[in-house]
Amino acid sequence: MAERAAHPDGGLGSLMATLRTGLPGGAIGLPLLLVALVAGFSLFVPQFATIGTLQSFMYQIPMLGLLSLAMVVPLLSGGLNLAIIATANQSALLMAWIMTATMPAEPGGATVALVIVGALLAGLALCVVIGLLTGAFVAYTGVHPILVTLGTKSLLDGISIYLTRGTVISGIPPIYAEIGNMTFLGLPATFIVFALAAFVLAVLLQRTPFGITVVMAGSNIEATRYSAIDTRRTLIGVYLVSSILCFVASTVMLATFNSASAGYAQSFLLVTILAAVLGGVDPFGGFGKVSGLLVALAILQVISSGFNQLGLSNHLTVAIWGLVLIAVMAVQTLRASGFFSFGGSGKA
Amino acid sequence: MPDAHGLLHRLRRRPESWLLAVIVLACIVLGLLTPNFLTLSNAVDLLESYSVQAIMALGLFVVLVSGGIDISFAATASVAQYVAALMASSLGLPAFVCIAIGLLVGVALGAINAALIHYLRITSIIATIATMSVYFSFLMYFTGGRSIYSLPDWWVTRVTFWQTETADGYLVRITLPIVVFAIASVLTWLVMNRTAIGRQLYALGGNPEAARRIGANIAALHFFAYGFLGFMAALAGLLQAHRVAESVPNALFGGELAVLSAVVLGGASLMGGIGTVPGVLCGIVLLAILQNGLNLLGVSPYFFQIVIGLVILVSTAVTTLSARSGRRYRLAHKEPARG
Repeated sequence: MAERAAHPDGGLGSLMATLRTGLPGGAIGLPLLLVALVAGFSLFVPQFATIGTLQSFMYQIPMLGLLSLAMVVPLLSGGLNLAIIATANQSALLMAWIMTATMPAEPGGATVALVIVGALLAGLALCVVIGLLTGAFVAYTGVHPILVTLGTKSLLDGISIYLTRGTVISGIPPIYAEIGNMTFLGLPATFIVFALAAFVLAVLLQRTPFGITVVMAGSNIEATRYSAIDTRRTLIGVYLVSSILCFVASTVMLATFNSASAGYAQSFLLVTILAAVLGGVDPFGGFGKVSGLLVALAILQVISSGFNQLGLSNHLTVAIWGLVLIAVMAVQTLRASGFFSFGGSGKA
Repeated sequence: MPDAHGLLHRLRRRPESWLLAVIVLACIVLGLLTPNFLTLSNAVDLLESYSVQAIMALGLFVVLVSGGIDISFAATASVAQYVAALMASSLGLPAFVCIAIGLLVGVALGAINAALIHYLRITSIIATIATMSVYFSFLMYFTGGRSIYSLPDWWVTRVTFWQTETADGYLVRITLPIVVFAIASVLTWLVMNRTAIGRQLYALGGNPEAARRIGANIAALHFFAYGFLGFMAALAGLLQAHRVAESVPNALFGGELAVLSAVVLGGASLMGGIGTVPGVLCGIVLLAILQNGLNLLGVSPYFFQIVIGLVILVSTAVTTLSARSGRRYRLAHKEPARG
C-alpha cells in the first residue's frame, strides 16, 4: 500500500485528480494561459507591462465582469439569462430618468443625495420585480430559460426603446459620476464595487444552502426535487440574484457612460457566456466557480488590451476570443476522453 | 382508437392547429381594422419580404429537430453572400460558378459547426456562439465593413414568373424569392417526412441513445443537419443580395433571434425531436402579419419588439403546457409519440 502511494506516477496522478476536482473545468490551465499571455505581450508590446495598463484594466473590467456574474448564476443552475443587458439598461434608464426629472433647479446637498438614493432604490426595485417574474415563469411553466429570457429580453428592450424612442438619457448629477470615477488606494470605485459583488456572490454560491441547491439543481433538477428541495424557489432565487447583479452593473454603467440608453453594451451578451465557459462554468450547469470566471475575464481583457496596443482591429479581437473559446472547450473534451483518464464526464 | 374523437384530439394535440386559429383571428381583426390588409397584393408583398427569413427558418428547424441549436446562421449567410459577391464583381465569374461557390461556403461553414459539435462534443449553443463571433468578425476584419454595390445584372435583375393586375390597379407578381421559398419548403418537408435521414433526425432529437442503438450514423446526421442549415443560410444570403441589389456585410447580422422565435413559435422544440414544416411556416406567417398589421394600423415600429416578446412568452408557455397534457394523453392511450 505504502509502496503504491509512493509510486511517482500514482502520486502525480492522484495529485492531478485532487487538483482537478478542486478546480473544475480545467482551471489549472487558465492561470498558466494568463501568465503566458501577459509574458508574451510584455515581450512584444513595449507599453504593455506598466501600471497604466493595469489601471486601464481596472476601469474596463467592472461592467463586463458584473454582467458575467449575472450570467454565471443561471448557467450554474443549468439555464441561461439572455435578458441581462436589457435588464441592466432598463434599470439604468429608470435611474437616469428619475435623476434628471425629479432634480430641482438649484438643489442643496441633501436633496441631491435624496434623489440619488431614491433613484437607486427604484432601479433595485425594478430589477427585483424583473428577476422574480422571470424566475416564476421559468419555475412554474417549465419553459426552457433560453426561451423565457429571449422573450423578456425582447420585451424589456422593446419597452426601453418604445419609451425613449431610442434616444440617450443624459444629464445625471455630476456628483454621481464623480463618485463613480473616484479612486481609493489607487483602486477605481467601480472596480471595488465589482470586487465586492464577486466576493459576496462567491460566498453565496459556495458557503450557503442556497448556493448548494443551485448547483444541485444544475446537475440534476429531478434528483434535487426528490431530495425534498423546493426547486421552484431555487429557480426564482437564481433569476432574482441574476437580476440584482444586473442592477449593480447598471449603477456602474451609469457612472461610466454618464448616461443611459437601450442600446448600451448589447455586444457584451455573447462575451459574458464566453467568459463564463472559458472560466470553467459547465454550460449544462452544476459546475463552476467565481474564481474561474475572474481568471477568464483577465485573459479576455489581456487579449483585448494587448491587441489594441498592437494596433489590431477590434473585430480581430472578437474573432480571437471565439477561437480561444473553441480551443478551451476542445482541450476539455480531449482531456475528458482519454488524455488523462478513461471516461471522464460522460455528458455529450 | 380511431374514432370520431380521435381526429379532434389529434388536432388539439398539434401546435399548428391553435397557431392557425390565432393567425385566422389576427387576419380577421386586422382585416376589419385596416382595409389594405386582406388584399392579394399585400399578401404577396409580405410573402416576398419574409422569404429570406423563412428560408433560414426552414434550415434552423432541421437543426432544432436533431436536438441542437445554431446561432451562427446569419453570419454564415453574410459570409456566403459576400464571397459570392466578390467572385461576381471582382473576378467576373459566371453566374453558375458564383452561386455554387456561395452555397458551398455555406455548407462548409455548417460542416465546421458539425465537426465542433460532434467530434469535440462542444454544446451546440456554445459552439455556434463561438463560430458566429469567428465567422462574422473575420468577415468584418477582411472586408473592413465595405459593401459591394457593383453586382452583375444576372444577380440583381428581378425575375417575375407570373404577374397580374388587381381590380384596384395593384400589380401582383410572383417573383424569384417566392418561388425559391416554395421550393425550399417542399424540399425540407420531403427530406424530413419522406426520407430515412429525416426519420433518423427526429429519432436523434427525441432520444440520442435510442438513435445510436438503432444504428443511425450520428456523425452523418450532425453533418447533414448543420450542413443543410448552412446551405439554406447561403441560399437566403444570395436571395437577400438579389432583393436589395448590393452586398452589405452586416445587413443580415442580428436577425438570428427573430428567426429562432419564429421557428419555436411554430412548435419546434428546443429539446429536439418535435416540429413540422407547416408549423414553421405558420410561425413565420404569424410574425409577418403581426408586424405588417401593426404597421398598417400606424402603431409605432418601436412597439413591435414588445409584441414579439409577449408572443414568445405566451406561445412558449401555451405550447409547453399543452405538450405536457398531450403527453399525458398519449400515455393513457398507449399511442406512439409520432405517427
